[in-house]
Amino acid sequence: MLKIDGVWKTFGGITALMDVSFQVKKGEIKALIGPNGAGKTTLFNVISGVYKPDRGAITFEEKTISNLNPVKIAHLGISRTFQNVELFGRMTVLENVMVGRHIKSKAGFFSSGLRLPGMINEDREIRRLSEEILEYVGLKDKKDYLAGDMPIGSQRILEIARALATEPKMLLLDEPASGLNDAETRDLSLFIKKLRDEKDITVLLVEHDMGLVMDISDNIVVLNFGEKIAEGTPNEIRNNKHVIDAYLGEEDLF
Amino acid sequence: MVKKHLLAYIVFILIIIFFPFFVKSSYTLSIAIFAGINALIAMGLSLLMGYAGQVSLGQAGFYGIGAYVSAILSLKFGIPPVLSALIAALVASVAAIILAIPALKLKGHYLAVATLGFGEIIYVILNELGPGGPSGFGDIPHISLLGYKFISATDHFYLIWIIVFLLIIFSFNIIDSRIGRAMRAIHDSETGSSSMGVDVPLLKTKVFVLSAVYASIAGSFYAHYVTFISPSTFSLFHSVLILTMVVIGGASSLWGAVVGAIIITALPEALRKFEELDVLIYGLILTLSLLFLRKGIVPTFIDKIKGKR
Amino acid sequence: MLTVLLQFLLSGITVGSIYALVGLGFNIIYNATSIINLAQGEFVVMGGLIMWFFSQSMQIPFFLSIVLTILVVGLIGLIMERLTINPLKNSDLLLMIMITVAVSIVFRGLLMYKFGKDPYNYPPFSEGEPFIIFGAVIQQQVLWVLFIALSCIGLIFFFFNRTMIGKAMSACAVNPTAAKLVGINVSRMIMLSFFLSAILGAIGGIAITPISLMEYDKGPALAVKGFCAAIMGGLGNGMGAVLGGFIIGVLETLTAGYIHSGFKDAVALVILLTILFFKPAGLFGNKSTLTVRKF
Repeated sequence: MLKIDGVWKTFGGITALMDVSFQVKKGEIKALIGPNGAGKTTLFNVISGVYKPDRGAITFEEKTISNLNPVKIAHLGISRTFQNVELFGRMTVLENVMVGRHIKSKAGFFSSGLRLPGMINEDREIRRLSEEILEYVGLKDKKDYLAGDMPIGSQRILEIARALATEPKMLLLDEPASGLNDAETRDLSLFIKKLRDEKDITVLLVEHDMGLVMDISDNIVVLNFGEKIAEGTPNEIRNNKHVIDAYLGEEDLF
Repeated sequence: MVKKHLLAYIVFILIIIFFPFFVKSSYTLSIAIFAGINALIAMGLSLLMGYAGQVSLGQAGFYGIGAYVSAILSLKFGIPPVLSALIAALVASVAAIILAIPALKLKGHYLAVATLGFGEIIYVILNELGPGGPSGFGDIPHISLLGYKFISATDHFYLIWIIVFLLIIFSFNIIDSRIGRAMRAIHDSETGSSSMGVDVPLLKTKVFVLSAVYASIAGSFYAHYVTFISPSTFSLFHSVLILTMVVIGGASSLWGAVVGAIIITALPEALRKFEELDVLIYGLILTLSLLFLRKGIVPTFIDKIKGKR
Repeated sequence: MLTVLLQFLLSGITVGSIYALVGLGFNIIYNATSIINLAQGEFVVMGGLIMWFFSQSMQIPFFLSIVLTILVVGLIGLIMERLTINPLKNSDLLLMIMITVAVSIVFRGLLMYKFGKDPYNYPPFSEGEPFIIFGAVIQQQVLWVLFIALSCIGLIFFFFNRTMIGKAMSACAVNPTAAKLVGINVSRMIMLSFFLSAILGAIGGIAITPISLMEYDKGPALAVKGFCAAIMGGLGNGMGAVLGGFIIGVLETLTAGYIHSGFKDAVALVILLTILFFKPAGLFGNKSTLTVRKF
């Protein structure tokens, strides 16, 4: 589904990604792990169009996307969350999800300003669908809270809900468990599996919590200093010598 | 969504209808007309700044374009004022697009100074190339609509405030739509917005054009109401004045823009009797209201009613 | 030909030095607070008018008048910070900038009440014939302005780079939280930044008034030029603002002299916009200065 082919990215002499290649198959949950500074978030930014790769190509469903901007990539069906939550803090929980419907709706300035019938129907539909999504993720009773006022755990779920509103084929989750406690993390892993099973969404995630990664991933890619050093099932990764070396000295081993 | 504003709309239109019945002095009425003109520009800036988070210190430039283009077209080419105002709005939109493409990439202070520069350049152009140069020109025809000629102050009062009324409904409708949500989203997180497929530069440009159109309409109305214009009306001072209206009224509220426009327009007139102390008192009132009503008058008032702190 | 050019350049550098002082004043406050203090131009006006008041109206000796004027304007800067900026700290940046606009109106109101709308003037610092170099006439006061402006700029750079307290102020600018942690009193540094900016403005006003007259409402125009100078040089970059000020001053007089005086404001601004659009961080700034606080 997603194919990353020989991607390079440098920032002022520092090579953040070095010839990285792997694939994500439809319907799988794939994790991207590696020590701090390994280039995981950079790779996410390259996939989602924030950065352009210096070399190499990324294809999504046979289409080359490495030269597209984030807006076009969102339209193709890739949606993402952010390591440091990029919610709309002064808007309500419901409104945040409603913004997620932006690409699936089309009313412009005039039809909105004049409240033409087509726009009213569309807006009602946006609201209904967004409430449905909030119900699905269990935030419906908080729909009128300001997003910025919510605890971090709820914010991360809300960010996923907002991404779901774009009806993505693929979801990129950047450290979805960071800042969550153990119980919340367990809920999150169930939730991610549920998304894949019920909504048929392919998931690529960056995560430091190895418990979560080992629990939910079908496949794992390991990056170290911008290079792919291993790829395989959780079991293969657990016993891979390169991986153990790379993580030596890091506090959270498996 | 219209419902939540319905009461305010009704109160607002009733005030507009009955105001001229109680206020007979043509002087007071003319101040009310200027307040309406300013309210229009302030509403545009409120959408741009309070909702989409983009500062502009160049609104007087669009105000001037609206006034000059419409006045020249109707005076020199005999085009009916309503049509000339529409053409002026078109010209202002084109100017806004040309300015927006490079300027909206800038943020904060840099955007402020870029728009300020634009306003000043328009000001210099009006001074140097406008008919009559710095002293301006007169004999601009009054507005006529469907054969009715607007001449009296009452006529103009109703016309401008009905325009304000219609555009405030239009603006609130936008705010309560996918466009408005995307605007506010940009204000909170541009990264988040573009990942949701919101085309950030395009939307910013559109809001900027909308604010320019509001200012341009205000300018055209001004020209055909006063029938005499000179560049000094459209200086940086007016841009700062509009910004003050929006901030004093409450940047996060369109009603704030209207209330701010009324207060800031009427205040200097009310302070006339203090003679040489008027500027000082005006400044003190501004300072104190900024210090003590930080969110602006309207949002502070709404919080009071809702019983929030 | 050359004489005329020289004459234009000279008067450009003279106004430019005042813009440079205003631009530098902007940066000092900006670095400490992220605020653009739009009352900066009023400090210059106060410098000229209060100097007139002490030296002409009260007949206080020249040097004492200068010292008194600087102290009074510096004190006004302090009071402004305590009464309006300090109570608003941690609130919306736009609100803080608007309040400097409101304060500038208060200043103008006070100045108009005290001095009226007439322009003021006092004799130059030294008497004597102007110098003539390559046919260009240089009034002695022009040299005074340049000398004073350049020494101020020099002192400011010495202060920020060589003295303990100046370095502490720079630290606040880079990272206020860290500065607080190492025991720097951030609030006092902000106060000091207003004091310094006010003094810089006042000195500029004192020096320029014998050449160009001073009236109560000259502030906003000066503020706009100084702001442009600061932006042109890259906000927060002191040397950039100084160069920006001189560039704007020279461009203005050249335009007024060779093209048309009406266009003098526009040309500087067109160049400013061009710089902003193609090199948004300013002529001498780098990308990192672009991370301004959001409104």
